[in-house]
Amino acid sequence: MSSRNDPQSPAKPKARFSRRGFIRGVGLGGGAVGTGLLEREAVAAPAAANVAGPGPVPITLTINGKPVNVTVEPRVTLLDAMRNYLDLTGAKRVCDRGTCGACTVIMAGKTVYSCSVLAIDAQGKNIETIEGLAAGNNLHPVSAAFVSNDGQQCGYCTSGFVMAVKGFIDKHPNPTMEDVKHGLGGNLCRCGTYMGIRPAVLQAAKEMKGGKNG
Amino acid sequence: MANTPDYSWPPMDKRHVIGKSYKRLDGPQKASGRAKYGSDIRPQGLLFAVYLTSPHAHARVTSIDTSAAEKTAGVKAVHVVSPAGTEIQWAGMEIAAVAATTEETARDAVRKIKVDYEVLPHLVKEEDLSKAGERAKAAGEKLVGDPDKAFQEAEAVSEGQYGIPVVTHCCLETHGQIIQWQGDQVNVWPSTQDVTHYAGSLAPNLKVPIANIHVKQDHIGGGFGSKFAPDSWGEVGARLSQKAGGRPVMLFLERATEQMIAGNRPSAYAKIKIAGKKDGTVTAWQSDSWATGGFTGGGSPPLPYIIDTIPNQRLHHTAVSVNAGPNRAWRAPNNQQAAYLTCSALEDFAAKIGMDPMEVFNKNVAYAPSARVETYRFQLQKAAEIADWKKLWHPRGQGGSGVMKRGLGLGFSAWGGGGHQSQCRTTIHADGSVLVEIGTQDLGTGTRTIITQVAAETLGLPMGAIKLMIGSNDLPPDSASGGSTTVGGVSSSTRKAAVNALAKLFEVAAPALGVQPDQLEAMDGHICVKDNPDKSLTWQAACRKLGIGKISEMGENNQRNPMGLNSSGAAGIQIADVSVDTETGLVKMNRYVAVQDCGMIINPWLAQSVVYGAIIMGIGTALYEERVMDQQTGRMLNPDMEFYKLAGIDDIGEIVVHLDIREENDKRGVIGLGEPPAVAICAAVGNAVANAIGVRVPNIPMTPAHVLAALEGRNA
Repeated sequence: MSSRNDPQSPAKPKARFSRRGFIRGVGLGGGAVGTGLLEREAVAAPAAANVAGPGPVPITLTINGKPVNVTVEPRVTLLDAMRNYLDLTGAKRVCDRGTCGACTVIMAGKTVYSCSVLAIDAQGKNIETIEGLAAGNNLHPVSAAFVSNDGQQCGYCTSGFVMAVKGFIDKHPNPTMEDVKHGLGGNLCRCGTYMGIRPAVLQAAKEMKGGKNG
Repeated sequence: MANTPDYSWPPMDKRHVIGKSYKRLDGPQKASGRAKYGSDIRPQGLLFAVYLTSPHAHARVTSIDTSAAEKTAGVKAVHVVSPAGTEIQWAGMEIAAVAATTEETARDAVRKIKVDYEVLPHLVKEEDLSKAGERAKAAGEKLVGDPDKAFQEAEAVSEGQYGIPVVTHCCLETHGQIIQWQGDQVNVWPSTQDVTHYAGSLAPNLKVPIANIHVKQDHIGGGFGSKFAPDSWGEVGARLSQKAGGRPVMLFLERATEQMIAGNRPSAYAKIKIAGKKDGTVTAWQSDSWATGGFTGGGSPPLPYIIDTIPNQRLHHTAVSVNAGPNRAWRAPNNQQAAYLTCSALEDFAAKIGMDPMEVFNKNVAYAPSARVETYRFQLQKAAEIADWKKLWHPRGQGGSGVMKRGLGLGFSAWGGGGHQSQCRTTIHADGSVLVEIGTQDLGTGTRTIITQVAAETLGLPMGAIKLMIGSNDLPPDSASGGSTTVGGVSSSTRKAAVNALAKLFEVAAPALGVQPDQLEAMDGHICVKDNPDKSLTWQAACRKLGIGKISEMGENNQRNPMGLNSSGAAGIQIADVSVDTETGLVKMNRYVAVQDCGMIINPWLAQSVVYGAIIMGIGTALYEERVMDQQTGRMLNPDMEFYKLAGIDDIGEIVVHLDIREENDKRGVIGLGEPPAVAICAAVGNAVANAIGVRVPNIPMTPAHVLAALEGRNA
């Protein structure tokens, strides 16, 4: 990440030159400036060799194990592709720049902020979203634990939080309360539901034991 | 029979559903991501709209050219909000909006709009009143008794300056709506705290009959007092939709715009002098306060807070107009500011005379409204017990010799919370199914759940037998969810509607049981003869007697005459226990204790969640949150969520809530709890920090910068 080019620096608060606008404006090659993920790939494949965009390009995302075709401009984030093109609105757009975690999904087993991943860069990786956690009216153990510990109020942070907790438990099947407090600092709630979320994580971890990655 | 039915709540020991901790009914929907908020609605043909906003804090629009934007492929409508000649009074003000087939297209098109501004001088900061010039205006004076004499004769006088900044609501779902204006019909999916009155506020601007505006909202992603009206974006979205041939338009603010223009809490600063006796009794109060609520000034904390019958007072308040987004009601408007200023000054007075602030607060709550004096004394004692005050409190500056200093601080609060105007319709069908309808909204406070509990209790049915509809203006009118008025309003209207519907069912069932209707009661899914429960009909059997008919009865909470079902007034005492790192200035929350007055609690668990939430939000404002304005550019420096910091899961310490549920309080009826516990946190945290490090940190939030500055001031 280049702090030199970082347009979110408080010294340059110009509204029309936000990091988001920046990422949106630069397409695939330039995206390397904004995300570490892209940077590695950009080095491996010089921009001229594989130019996509700036117009819409057909891509295939693997969402909850199923291939989904969608045509988006290369600047479209995974979050916006899901919400605005695929009607998958569980992940929420809140801070829109990788701070609050309301858009959390699990990509290739890794918990990510979908507002900070370009959709074209998410191809070829399985993307787990809240919609895929449980079928019909069933509840995934993490969701059920949020309900039974009242870890939600308005609920707008909840789907991101649930995914972050799922990703956290996948990596830490036996967390302590201290682990929970340190491991889930990347999700913010405005209503103040952390007192319910803390025990919910421990309960979910207990219930998911034996059914890892369930 | 012309008798008024008995609507009173069943006694505490006779309740089956009320008073029980049911899980929130919409919990599974939210926790599975299936809940649809306004911003999640995706009707066919949806267009995405984006605002162009002013980069200047004060300017006049001299020309605006939208032609390039209009010609952009995919753009379906452009609307100018601020035509040439408009004077802009804050950065982030809406200039124009574009609706296009994709959000990316709308964003590109907005950049093509050419606007020329005549930039005018601005003021965006009010902390230093001497720089406010003509933008500062006298906004109230008060003189009580003879303060001059009281200060001259005082055994002790303490002085201090304190400040609490503008903070933003920072709702996670930004303000906005999806709206479709087709012919003379408008469909709207907003994010609003006032479903019932939304259409009435929008209609005059669109010149569409209120009856033709259909408002639907199942869930709202936070409001906290900032989402009462349709706002300009309601109208702008509608006009874009109309221009685009009636296609639905999504217009939700971007985070930066949200932070700049969609709501904030006014600041408050004050120089305060207190005179008193060595025994802790305050004899005089003098304050010179100033505040801003944006361009129109505003912000008037009621000083001295709670202890407002101090016999000698001189108050002077100044309102400062700044070129920044306008304030909105923020979870207990003016109360956090007043509590912070008053409790800080009171604690400084205690330190000045070398007394335990617990004793000084205890003595001076005598100046509170008489009905609450004993409540506060009870609460002070209770809070001290829970917080282990006797063991952990120490005189200022005696927080130990190490780098980490621990301290305790106190704050007090009061709020109304009486029920708002509300109507409910309860329908009983011949198959035994029950529908309860209210045009209210559930902000995440558990409104759905508590309405269902009241209906189930009243009808003697399980929770699952009640179908509830809220969130539409086709339903019986409710009011805005503001002022902690919802729970009292909807519980009372639901109680009345259910009692009225049940009375009709009793009339139908009575002949079969050979008694008068007033001999019947509803219990455990049966209609029974009182004192003879063996003589009964099942609920289903009683309802079958309706034949092809149904019962549909209304109930209304009249806010002027709540008939004892709800009332107003919840006091609170809170104690913060913090540790301060005197090398880094970092404040760590150890423990937070809230003793909260309440009325009849319908669901103790959800009530506790609301109190936790208020405290966690308050901890954010006490430690991290501040709108930082830059006088050079006139802009907010942190219109985001990384530099406008909310508290995270590890920032809040342990929170202990004591809800004062007991028969004496229960008899007061339902009292709202959204705001009462949100008042005292800055006060308690500020006092705890002062107690820990031995010196007053004047300005909230208690950031390392503020703490270190205060520590350096002491060392200088």
